[in-house]
Amino acid sequence: MAHFDENAKPFSQKWLDERLAVSTLKRVLSTEYWIPKNINFLWAMGMVLAATFGLLLVSGIMLLMYYKPDVNLAFDSVNYTIMSEVGYGWLWRHIHGVGASVVFLIIYIHMFVGIYYGSYKRGRELIWLSGMLLFVTFSAEAFSGYMLPWGQMSYWAGMVITNLFSGGSLEAYGLVEWIRGDYVPGDAFLTRFFMLHVLLLPLVIIGLIVLHFGTLRIPHVNNQDGEEFDFEEAAELYKAGKVKESKVIPFNPVFLSKDVFVMGIYFIFFFYLVFYHFEFAMDPVNFDPADGLKTPPHIYPEWYFLWSYEILRPFSKDLGLIAFAIAQVIFFMLPFLDKSPNVAPASRRGLFKYWFWIMLVDMIILTFMGKLPPQGIWNTIGLVAALLFFALWIALPIITKLEKKL
Amino acid sequence: MADNTKGRRDFMGMALGGFTALGGIGALYAMKRTWDPLPSVKAAGFTTIDVSAAQENVLNVEKWRGKPIFVLKKSKDMKPDDRDVIVGSDRFLVAVGLCTHLGCIPAYAADEHKFKCACHGGEFDASGHQIFGPPPSPLEIPPFKVEGTKVVLGEEGPEYKKMKEAGLTA
Ligand code: FES
Repeated sequence: MAHFDENAKPFSQKWLDERLAVSTLKRVLSTEYWIPKNINFLWAMGMVLAATFGLLLVSGIMLLMYYKPDVNLAFDSVNYTIMSEVGYGWLWRHIHGVGASVVFLIIYIHMFVGIYYGSYKRGRELIWLSGMLLFVTFSAEAFSGYMLPWGQMSYWAGMVITNLFSGGSLEAYGLVEWIRGDYVPGDAFLTRFFMLHVLLLPLVIIGLIVLHFGTLRIPHVNNQDGEEFDFEEAAELYKAGKVKESKVIPFNPVFLSKDVFVMGIYFIFFFYLVFYHFEFAMDPVNFDPADGLKTPPHIYPEWYFLWSYEILRPFSKDLGLIAFAIAQVIFFMLPFLDKSPNVAPASRRGLFKYWFWIMLVDMIILTFMGKLPPQGIWNTIGLVAALLFFALWIALPIITKLEKKL
Repeated sequence: MADNTKGRRDFMGMALGGFTALGGIGALYAMKRTWDPLPSVKAAGFTTIDVSAAQENVLNVEKWRGKPIFVLKKSKDMKPDDRDVIVGSDRFLVAVGLCTHLGCIPAYAADEHKFKCACHGGEFDASGHQIFGPPPSPLEIPPFKVEGTKVVLGEEGPEYKKMKEAGLTA
């Protein structure tokens, strides 16, 4: 057994150290967790995401106390009880709704920063993969949460998305009915999505966040130049007081102060939306109670799913499903499709710099087309953009292979 | 002696592994069954629709197993189809009113004799055949039985069985 000091006062530093190794923990997790110096504010998105997730968790717990997972009660428990009876219930709902929408904006920024600077490449593949797993789980979390107010969009989005599982022979196995627990989205559907949204998926997300942080520990955070250097050597310099010469800074308190500054700006924007523009995250159609006998004239998902929804649309059913499925998982393949040896910002690489911007613009176009009604010229633009999306992925290994070593 | 312990350990390992796998399979099966539709849902019964008062080219929407059912009495100028449900001397379209693409409810444009699905632009004619857009198959016909001027949904009558054998509906 370890040595315990009889004279240590309960809960003193020494007492805690002997039982919990608090000093070691603090060192490993914060004061000697080294961060490269040359990274810009875009690297703060990770902490911004963690903070937003925290807000979603707290507001979610508050909503959970009054929400009723029952097809007859759900709509009113949200739109009447929580919104007008519960003290400050509206606040939690607005935070939760805005948070769910904004979290995707930050996730997309976080992803594209990673793509731009090559942070998914050699040595950091697992960071990218665990991050993509988080993205997919967040998508499932957002979708299951969207069902809960049981409005028209909840119902019909549930109908359309679960029907995706009726592709080809899957239908024959009764998979759709099995997922719904009914022939159409009903009570069983609502209660199981409630379970997923408040328990199972959040648990998975928390586990994945821990994994995502863990994958960072050994390869360390990338930097603006994609420069590779010896973190231990740099850390020794820093600890020896040569702060200027060292290429790293400790996460806490030095880098964290930058994170906190970025978060400060972010939360001004966030709470501006919560208090003055919450409606941007709430579709007006979802303020009509669910009705299984009336489809709203135009069905579209929340903005963050529009690009992949649009990829589904221009094709026939089975082809559309395959295209959609590929679009969902293709980003997982990024570290393996990018054949270039360079870890560098896109601007210094060969054709990849065009690839990056074309991909970004293409996804924005898909997002707009997904929102517009499926008619005339919009159909054509959507089809071209969807085809371009796949063409880009096919081109990726070829153009990165051609890239010269920097 | 050393070999002996190793053998025992291997045996214990395999026994433990075996029991765990068995328990795991049992648990997975129980979970699968928990997600199955409840018996009360499955027994959601039958719906009887009286079509004697139906008007030509006016769409009626009924509900069966939570799904909307289109009932459309065909007028003389609409072409007859193998999929029509014949009640007395009248021809009807009886179909599940969910687009075969992803399940939105198409709207009926009475003047064009067409169903239009707003979701992804799919279109069906008055006999339920897909004529435009992504839907892969005609509107599904629910199991039905004709009884006088009534149509019972949920029961497979001889007309329905014939249609099914002819591959006219899934
Ligand atoms: S659901 Fe009708 S066209 Fe897609």
